[in-house]
Amino acid sequence: MAREAAELTPGESIAEVSGAASGSPTGMAIRRLLRRKVAVISLTFIFAFYLMGLTAPLLGATHVIQDYQHQDLDHDLEGPSWSHPFGTDRLGRDQLARVVWASQTTVIVTVATLFTGGVVLAVGLGLLSGYVGGWVDTLIMRIGDVFASLPTILMLILINATLKTQVRSIAADVQDFTGIGGIVRSGAPDYILIFGALSLFGWVGGARVIRSQILSLRETEFVTAARSLGATTPQILFRHLLPNVSNIIIVSLSLGLAGIAGSELVLTWFGVGIQPPRPSFGALIFDTSSIRTLNQHAYLLLFPGGIVTGLFFAFNLLGDAMTDVFTPKAR
Amino acid sequence: MDSALASYLLRRLLWVPPILFIVTFVTFTLARLGPGDPVSIATGQFRDPEVLERVRHAKGLDKPIHEQYYIYMKGLLTRGDLGESYRYKGRNVKDIIFPAMYRSAQYNAVALTITISCGIALGVFAARKQGTWSDPTAIGSALAIQSIPTMVGVPFLLLIFALKLGWVPASGWPRDCNVSLGFLGGNYDCIGVLSKEAIIPVIALALPAIAVWGRYTRAFTLEVMKEDYVRTARAKGISEFQVMTQHVLRNALLPLSTMIAFSLIGILEGSFILENLTGIPGVGRLAFESIGSRDYDLIMAITVVGATLFIMTSIFIDIAYTFIDPRIRYGSRSG
Repeated sequence: MAREAAELTPGESIAEVSGAASGSPTGMAIRRLLRRKVAVISLTFIFAFYLMGLTAPLLGATHVIQDYQHQDLDHDLEGPSWSHPFGTDRLGRDQLARVVWASQTTVIVTVATLFTGGVVLAVGLGLLSGYVGGWVDTLIMRIGDVFASLPTILMLILINATLKTQVRSIAADVQDFTGIGGIVRSGAPDYILIFGALSLFGWVGGARVIRSQILSLRETEFVTAARSLGATTPQILFRHLLPNVSNIIIVSLSLGLAGIAGSELVLTWFGVGIQPPRPSFGALIFDTSSIRTLNQHAYLLLFPGGIVTGLFFAFNLLGDAMTDVFTPKAR
Repeated sequence: MDSALASYLLRRLLWVPPILFIVTFVTFTLARLGPGDPVSIATGQFRDPEVLERVRHAKGLDKPIHEQYYIYMKGLLTRGDLGESYRYKGRNVKDIIFPAMYRSAQYNAVALTITISCGIALGVFAARKQGTWSDPTAIGSALAIQSIPTMVGVPFLLLIFALKLGWVPASGWPRDCNVSLGFLGGNYDCIGVLSKEAIIPVIALALPAIAVWGRYTRAFTLEVMKEDYVRTARAKGISEFQVMTQHVLRNALLPLSTMIAFSLIGILEGSFILENLTGIPGVGRLAFESIGSRDYDLIMAITVVGATLFIMTSIFIDIAYTFIDPRIRYGSRSG
């Protein structure tokens, strides 16, 4: 008990930690999270970043930021100034506007991948594998082995390098067939390929953790009770088992977001991810990371690099705090 | 070895061939789906359709994919033939991939040693200082360094130490001497990690990962420090140093052994971005180049060698773990 008391952050009472406070466990954990300064600062930073990404079109339309595609060759490679707070790139484009639009790319890729790979695949397959067992379990876990044993980055680059034309031509067919214009121009096929590939390789870890939890949970009395009362398998899975692993899901999602954002960076850096003229952090960093450019125009890498580092730092700190708060036993 | 463990091991080993079959088939097909093939990329713009067809036919690239796959696997399984590179004309893949691995392994091994020792030291320090400001400061600084992406950090390191201060060369790898390790084939450079060129890559690889090891060590150490036997050890009056090394660390480092084993496979895999930024001719750069030039056999070799190492190591770790920690038993339905 003495050690646990020492771990309390200021403002937490022992009663709350030991479970005497009212409310659901998740609600309590969130309240404890919000009492940690580091977690709140990280959350604020992440929230501000996502807000910046989501409002990029609005900021552009209201001319708060400049047009990210507008080239001003008389003012290329200028340092930070009042009109261009982050300076201008080699084509005289406003770097601030490009950073804002790049954050939109990050928002789309992380959220979309999280919902396909993180939630649907990892949670769904983890639940299924752990609860149903038998050959279903074996099959899912062995498929997981295949994905885990493949060198991830190599595979991601390979998939994006070889399948891009295929996916684009399918998108072009869809566009012609349905008459919806601009599918290919919007860059949607690139996004779909990137988060498809990321999801494919991202679910294994999460599914394994959830499976191992379900394996022990399904032997507990409350599951037996539910089953004896005539609950169907989906009811047991989603009403009884899912809420019990929700804490693990929350933690692994918060850790997963940083990983997804990082993979986008790597893919685009290698030229197989998001394609120009659409800005993304991978492209912004790649354009300015040659030593000669860096020597003369360090600000070009400093601002996007700094923001990405800040985002990863916030994700890491938040993930740490979440692990502490949501899975007390795991420490 | 008890029978439960033996049957577990047998079941795991039986799964290896099917998994490797899927891994190789998927990679083989995926590489061939893309636009262009090694022949058209190698010839560039000056292409004569007739010559292209003739070369494709000679290399068997005009056959259906499953037939090509059969030919490849037959060569691999009967003769251990990893194929021939297109980009490095006519050279055996074996002579390219193993020297590259040898280079990647050098700087990886040095970096991993630094990372693990600094990480464990950091974790133990933070655990001992729990409740004071030094704990969050130490872990927080390590986390901050971890958050800098390689492609942002390395250019700045190169700018400062190579360009401004001139202490180290900006990129490259020494190639002025050759040693032959006959049984693997190919020529091996001298130990390049001892040269100045390796300093930045090693630092760039070692520093960010310290946070990972530091955090795990801290968590495991805290877990062990509250055990009764630690209190007993203190009560019988042995020195704090002995308590930490003999009672706390020995138990706290047990879970870390798995992580160390998995990191050891990582040694043979190059770091993609780092090798491209610093010009190390290792596996990471080789892999990226081979995808760019559709060097089919090279892509296959890198994947097959990597996947085999990974699968065998994870089985080995499972087995080794039962000896390290006798509490673990593999029942009839774990797997």
